[in-house]
Amino acid sequence: MAHSYTPGLKVLQKTLLRKERILPLKGKVLVKKGDNLNPDTVVASTNLPGNVQMLKVNNILNIEPRDVIDCLVIKEGDSVKKGDMIAETAGIFGMFKSSVESPVDGTIESISESTGRVIIREAPIPVEVDAYVSGTVDEVIEKEGIILKSDAAFIQGIFGIAGEKRGELVLVSNSSSDELTSDQITQDMEGKILIGGSFLSLDAYKKAMSCNVAAIVVGGFNYYDLKAVLGYDLGVAITGTEKLPTALIVTEGYGSIPMSDATFDLLKNNHGNEASVNGATQIRAGVIRPEIVIPIHTDSESEDSLSKEPEGIQEGSTVRVIRSPNFGKIGTVSSLPSELNKMESETMVRVAEISIDGKNTLIPRANLEMVELQ
Amino acid sequence: MSKKIKSILATDCGSTTTKAILIEWKDDRYRLTFRGEAPTTVEAPFEDVTKGVLNAVMEVEELSGRTILNGDQIITPDNGEKGVDIYVSTSSAGGGLQMMVAGVVKSMSGESAERAALGAGSIVMDVLASNDGRLPHEKITRIRQLRPDMILLSGGTDGGTTTHVMELAEILAAANPRPRLGQNYKLPVIYAGNNKAQDSIQSTLGEISDLDIVDNIRPVLERENLEPSRDKIHDLFMEHVMAQAPGYKKLMSWTDAPIMPTPGAVGSLIEMIAKKEGISVVGVDIGGATTDIFSVFEEKFNRTVSANLGMSYSICNVLAESGLDNVLRWVPFDIDRSELTNRIGNKMIRPTTVPQSLEELVIEQAIAREALRLSFIQHKAFATSLKGVQSERTISDAFEQSSSGQSLVNMMDLDLLVGSGGVLSHAPRRQQSARMLIDAFMPEGITQLAVDSIFMMPQLGVLANIDKKELKDDASQAALEVFDNDCLIRLGTCVTPVGKVKPKSKMAQVSMTFKDGSTKDIEILEGSLEMLEVPYEEVSISIIPSRGVDVGAGKGEPLDSVIYGGVVGLIFDGRNRPITLSTDPSQRIDSLLNWSNAVDEYPKGDLF
Repeated sequence: MAHSYTPGLKVLQKTLLRKERILPLKGKVLVKKGDNLNPDTVVASTNLPGNVQMLKVNNILNIEPRDVIDCLVIKEGDSVKKGDMIAETAGIFGMFKSSVESPVDGTIESISESTGRVIIREAPIPVEVDAYVSGTVDEVIEKEGIILKSDAAFIQGIFGIAGEKRGELVLVSNSSSDELTSDQITQDMEGKILIGGSFLSLDAYKKAMSCNVAAIVVGGFNYYDLKAVLGYDLGVAITGTEKLPTALIVTEGYGSIPMSDATFDLLKNNHGNEASVNGATQIRAGVIRPEIVIPIHTDSESEDSLSKEPEGIQEGSTVRVIRSPNFGKIGTVSSLPSELNKMESETMVRVAEISIDGKNTLIPRANLEMVELQ
Repeated sequence: MSKKIKSILATDCGSTTTKAILIEWKDDRYRLTFRGEAPTTVEAPFEDVTKGVLNAVMEVEELSGRTILNGDQIITPDNGEKGVDIYVSTSSAGGGLQMMVAGVVKSMSGESAERAALGAGSIVMDVLASNDGRLPHEKITRIRQLRPDMILLSGGTDGGTTTHVMELAEILAAANPRPRLGQNYKLPVIYAGNNKAQDSIQSTLGEISDLDIVDNIRPVLERENLEPSRDKIHDLFMEHVMAQAPGYKKLMSWTDAPIMPTPGAVGSLIEMIAKKEGISVVGVDIGGATTDIFSVFEEKFNRTVSANLGMSYSICNVLAESGLDNVLRWVPFDIDRSELTNRIGNKMIRPTTVPQSLEELVIEQAIAREALRLSFIQHKAFATSLKGVQSERTISDAFEQSSSGQSLVNMMDLDLLVGSGGVLSHAPRRQQSARMLIDAFMPEGITQLAVDSIFMMPQLGVLANIDKKELKDDASQAALEVFDNDCLIRLGTCVTPVGKVKPKSKMAQVSMTFKDGSTKDIEILEGSLEMLEVPYEEVSISIIPSRGVDVGAGKGEPLDSVIYGGVVGLIFDGRNRPITLSTDPSQRIDSLLNWSNAVDEYPKGDLF
């Protein structure tokens, strides 16, 4: 049977999820293998080197850089407090002295004779990494962090903004093709993750942020509305660091597009359950898609469906068209002709014959996405 | 003629695809005979670049029927039936070479350092300078965040003051930057500044970094000395960066010449062509994420990378930087603006899709025009004569208002414009590639147009750079011959008179004599675009421009020349410079349709 590889987004009812939780710099791991973890459990911590302050001592004292060393009252490695004296000139007959004080608490890191600068490093900045999803410690990576495992439902979106959030899933839209409107969002949804259908307007998103909703999962959002949310045009899809009260996870794309039934049904079935989400997206080499993780409490062995080889498009596969015309439509592959076909644009491409609403049409294989069903 | 090199295997390991080509000595010249490609295997689960190389070479083996591999070894030399004489490779896998550069004055040593790094084929992540307006702690935070592959530090003229360059060194030391790849080696730092500061630099940076000291990049204000820094960047790219990437140690042991960063190889080829032919060249490679522009004007080579202008990953950034109106001005039909932005957004988040409908193709090519135009603006601003140079001025200079730091890019002097990258190389009609190049770069006078059909320039570039004495001559001959015969698809020549005339009036009178002796005369009218189908052969041309109009010999001066046709032919562009489109939508659409139809750009139908 003809076969074509087109990766789709994961929509898994149950999987054994393994997740790395790693520090940005080496530090201390605070849990051990087999420990049970809550999303808030701190698993590792470290100290980032403090900020650096550079003092131009020669300029302040109005002397040559080479003379700075004679005026210093501190040496490399000394601890200093804000306001402590760093250097002082001899003055004239002990009068008219000028001096330099430390602007911060810190440690003298270095003194330069060639430029007359004294470098003070401030106190280290503590950094902690939490578990993000509930589960158990599967592996400890010495001084760096852990890999946790968790039985969970797992869904990938196509695009998101803002980083990790957690909360209870609340079904708001009744069907995958319903818009999530602002009047459906209420104050008691604070800290919750809302499930919408086909579309979220800018007004509705703003309302959610004002209610401190943790996150919204929805089929579509307008590209041009992102500017109003972010304050700038999103030129390159690398996100996750936005400081927003409400993360947004778009599952299908820009515009109004019904959420795929597989995604919607899985979210709907988990209404009321706790979930962890991350809007971070990176569409470059080493692609990162936003995700929704819903831990499942079960004693049975999980099927590790994440590590399965992705299957390609075959005759009979359910696919979605991901570019105009027919954008967003779902169909079934009737055949995969091997020869190149000329499109209306005169582009020569490999195509798939797709049955959409009972009608057969040729679509470039590059414009199809596998809809993974369980 | 007997040749030391009878066959050459060359690969380019890109971030997604590894491309292999086989060049053979046949009928007294070098020709490209076969090509193969396979996915690059730098990332998990393979994590060994050589697997992708072997797969691509296997495809060449299958197509050519020639045995090149013995297991996972390349057979050398060529014994007539098996093997190849030499193997070379370039690489941009794993994000290419990412550098940070520092100079005392941003527009002087900072710019020279940037030019050296770009010329060597790297992406410049940031330019630090004493006068860049950032406070020391901001610079330190930035250095820590970026984690470059290496840093080039410059500043000060030889024997001058050392204070400022030392301040920069101290900032670097305080940041104590870590390299991007590999935790267990020190970050390479190249010092190419004031020679008087070398000892102090050694004591400040020697411990915390892997420091190399080379000749000053700007020994005096009036002279730039980029070569030592560029060579050192290439050495360090091999020794440090490539050595950290999975499988590269093995790949390096296979090659007969050092592996070059892909854009570095392309640049050196373009530089060589310009030198050999004595011409001015602009080359562009428009990719999904970035657009690279190379130019040689007045024998000076420049390269720029527009890191966030591209056709898929960066497509929304083109929209953000140019504005929707500038994209839409190239589209000859009405379209709902919000729907269009959603469509472009969807191309960004699903970057591998292709335009199926004609409408989608036209929109994509409109965006490409803007991406190319913006990248070229950045290039023109960077490719300048040295800034900060004092010169004696005469009264006539004062009237000319010229100063140091003028752009070297002079479109009237441009002889050859070469495009590559998916949207240009794979456009369904070559006329579309020609139109995109002309509309975005706006050549003036007489300019030959070409596209690199399968982006072979990297492999030819590294071939042209082989240093081994016994191979050098054959290798560079092979690079030039294949470039001429197989690499470029000659689109044709664009003839553009420039000057103020009344709308629709005559800009120039053109007389042509073709190879078969036949002749043709045409008039170029203001606002018009005409095409004449002529294959790639010589055409003698005489142009008499109208008063005040320049076609390369000066205003109103006639010009005789020999030009070449191509797969598109000769294009006579009377749209003046810059190309301006009417603000009245119906007039604009009329002009766009006329120009498209004149060059048979799109298939006839509902839209055209």
